[in-house]
Amino acid sequence: MSVTQIWQYVLTGISMGSIYVMVAIGYNIIYNTTGIINFAQGEFLMLGAMIAISLSTVMPLIMALVLAIVLTTIIGALMEFFFIRHMKKPTVLNMIIITIGLSIMIREAALHIWDEKVHSLAYFTGNELSSINILGAYVSPQYLWVLGMSALIIIGLNIFFKHTTLGRAMRACSSNKKAAWLCGINVKNMVTISFMLSAAIGALAGCVISPITQTQYDGGTSLAIKGFTVAILGGLGNNNGALAGGLILGVLENLSIIFLPLAYKDALSLTILVIILAIKPSGLFVKKVMSSLKEY
Amino acid sequence: MLKVRSLQAGYGKLKVLKSISLHISPGEIVTIIGANGAGKTTLLETLVALIDARSGSIVFNNENIENISPEKIVKKGCTLIPEGRHVFNTLSVKENLILGGYTKIHHRSKEQQQEALDYIYSLFPILNERGTQLAGTLSGGEQQMLAIGRALMSDPKLILLDEPSIGLAPLIVKDIFATIQKLRENGNTILLIEQNAKAALGIADRGYVMETGQIVLEGSADDLLNNNDVQRAYLGKDYKSIDE
Ligand SMILES: Nc1ncnc2c1ncn2[C@@H]1O[C@H](COP(=O)(O)OP(=O)(O)OP(=O)(O)O)[C@@H](O)[C@H]1O
Ligand SMILES: [Mg+2]
Repeated sequence: MSVTQIWQYVLTGISMGSIYVMVAIGYNIIYNTTGIINFAQGEFLMLGAMIAISLSTVMPLIMALVLAIVLTTIIGALMEFFFIRHMKKPTVLNMIIITIGLSIMIREAALHIWDEKVHSLAYFTGNELSSINILGAYVSPQYLWVLGMSALIIIGLNIFFKHTTLGRAMRACSSNKKAAWLCGINVKNMVTISFMLSAAIGALAGCVISPITQTQYDGGTSLAIKGFTVAILGGLGNNNGALAGGLILGVLENLSIIFLPLAYKDALSLTILVIILAIKPSGLFVKKVMSSLKEY
Repeated sequence: MLKVRSLQAGYGKLKVLKSISLHISPGEIVTIIGANGAGKTTLLETLVALIDARSGSIVFNNENIENISPEKIVKKGCTLIPEGRHVFNTLSVKENLILGGYTKIHHRSKEQQQEALDYIYSLFPILNERGTQLAGTLSGGEQQMLAIGRALMSDPKLILLDEPSIGLAPLIVKDIFATIQKLRENGNTILLIEQNAKAALGIADRGYVMETGQIVLEGSADDLLNNNDVQRAYLGKDYKSIDE
């Protein structure tokens, strides 16, 4: 095993990891405004990719991507509007059942629309044979797209949550709902916006990763599990924790090929999930002050 | 300014408010005193629509507001500073203040926004010093100041204050009460709920006494301070000291 080869694994690991980060951020945003896990998060990735694949047959790729993200965002909004918003007394169990139900519904619909075959979005630049040399490692340019988009999302979200009124209002909802209402923030609308934001980020992640991993009607599930592991690893609701957790999981997974049979690669994240839930369910990267100030 | 008539509200099967009627005129400080569990917090939360009114009417500045959402009530100029402060723990002090002005933010220029903040800082200089600190790490007194400052950022006409002095040291309580008087001088109307009935009646023009979801007595602050029943029940004087 040469150094270049390890570097290659690390690089692809970071790229895959950054997709997990985006999935985890999708969980976090909704968790922060509602206190629930949206088990349909993986379906947003699948939907984004599938819609983009269909649209790209009739329009330029860039338009297909934008439209796919917009449509998935609308689906996220409708989901919240019809199934979450009107619940009088939403309990955690209710929410879990509803979001799992929705994820099954979306998968079934996707099976009817796009059949059970594997589909794949075109590479953003070049094709499946192109590769570029990064410090000796050859990777598909799509990995750079993945890295670039993830970086953009993470920086963009940091600015959004820290420096815009809407972003601050969403953080206020996660900090104290009653106080948010009293400040004149419509908490219900913030929940809708959080579903839209998660859907948009999910769709984008689904699109950039589709050329590499390909997409199937139930393809969201495995990414959802990885993303969930990362969200737990970083501490639910904590996006910067998710960033660290995602990169670690992505790299570990890829390096595991060196000393574990390939078949165990996917089992790794589940193993980590179980271990974290057993020993430190609050996550590895939570600032102490922050967690002591949280409502839930 | 505010007229409440036959207001009823509660939680599920529990009926807490049984036909409450009261009124507040512009520029007044009005206090409601009552034992624990009388329904004072429930009343205030019903006024700002955190709890649905079951029947009765709430008229604020000649408009019925019993069926509208909490954020519209804030926009109309009525704001509640809740019992237990409820600051945004995980946000900075300054962000708390900015969000207090959430309903106004798009109507204010940069200068007006800064003026609004400066007004709060003139009342509570400590909030300026602690601007970047997380609100959850403030002391109880500072959190109460922040809760008041945050509410003021919405430019309210009527301020509902739920037990602002609870759990605070006497010196801070004095400060808070001085601030309440200053707010009235600056044009606010105030509905104050207090465990510390003596202090509340000390600064109020009028008062109501609430027992198990009903108003049982009302009058000028002086009348209530001299009322035997009020003295016995809420001012901590026993029969003997009244007889003396
Ligand atoms: N969320 C709730 N669900 C059910 N019952 C409640 C709820 N909040 C308050 N109550 C009940 O309503 C009644 C009135 O409570 P409320 O908080 O309005 O009293 P209060 O006068 O503000 O008392 P305190 O002086 O202790 O603050 C109490 O019997 C209380 O148990
Ligand atoms: Mg109370």
